[in-house]
Amino acid sequence: MAGTKAPERPLSPHLQIYRWPLPMMMSILHRITGGGLYAGTLLMAWWLIAAGSGPNAYATFGTFINSIFGRLILFGYTWALFHHMLGGIRHLIWDTGHGFAPNEREWLSLATAVGALGLTIVVWVVGYLYIGGPR
Amino acid sequence: MTEHRTPLARVRGLGTAKSGTEDFWHTRVTAVALVPLTIGFVLLVVSLLGRNHAAAQQILGTPLVAIMMLLFIGMSIYHMWLGMQEIIVDYVHDEFWKVVVLMANTFFCITIALACAFAIFKLSFGV
Repeated sequence: MAGTKAPERPLSPHLQIYRWPLPMMMSILHRITGGGLYAGTLLMAWWLIAAGSGPNAYATFGTFINSIFGRLILFGYTWALFHHMLGGIRHLIWDTGHGFAPNEREWLSLATAVGALGLTIVVWVVGYLYIGGPR
Repeated sequence: MTEHRTPLARVRGLGTAKSGTEDFWHTRVTAVALVPLTIGFVLLVVSLLGRNHAAAQQILGTPLVAIMMLLFIGMSIYHMWLGMQEIIVDYVHDEFWKVVVLMANTFFCITIALACAFAIFKLSFGV
């Protein structure tokens, strides 16, 4: 029929309507950290090629990575690495069919987030206090 | 000509039959390998923070460190190649661009892996 408008059907609720539950947040963070680590391999390649090229190239890399900006990137890289690693372990647990009860899901997701932050801080504190640091 | 094979026999070797879970499984195998390798990699990076070239050259050229790094490079870059492929097929729906981006992913991963591995070999064997 001419001039008939499509009836206004209720639409199914989309992402923006939900409160973000923790496992959902961890799921997207897993993908985001994975993408970040993908880009981060450029930094690893630069580091290794500089080390293989000689003192001058390594000093150039050092100037970058020892700057505040470089250190921030490296800090983020460490966090992304740990977050993705712990998220991966969570997925491996889920792959066995365990850990799907509501409280277990919540607990595993929280452990991913807190564990990644904790490990990152521990590594940086140890790195600065006992091993390397800005020398 | 009459087809005498069963439907299962016909579908085998076609499409994703039999090999559809390969990427899924390889992601898991590399993930398991990457847990200890990642810890080793982080410890290595921390131990080299702020050190000069001579120290980096010496430590990265040590056989055990070099082998660990080669394993880390191989496993992580295969893992991320699979992961990025999954992201691409999730978000890029245009057939032409999907193929282009999938190719770019492959080229990027092979280049990075080769460059990193080459650097490790050079540090190990000199000159």
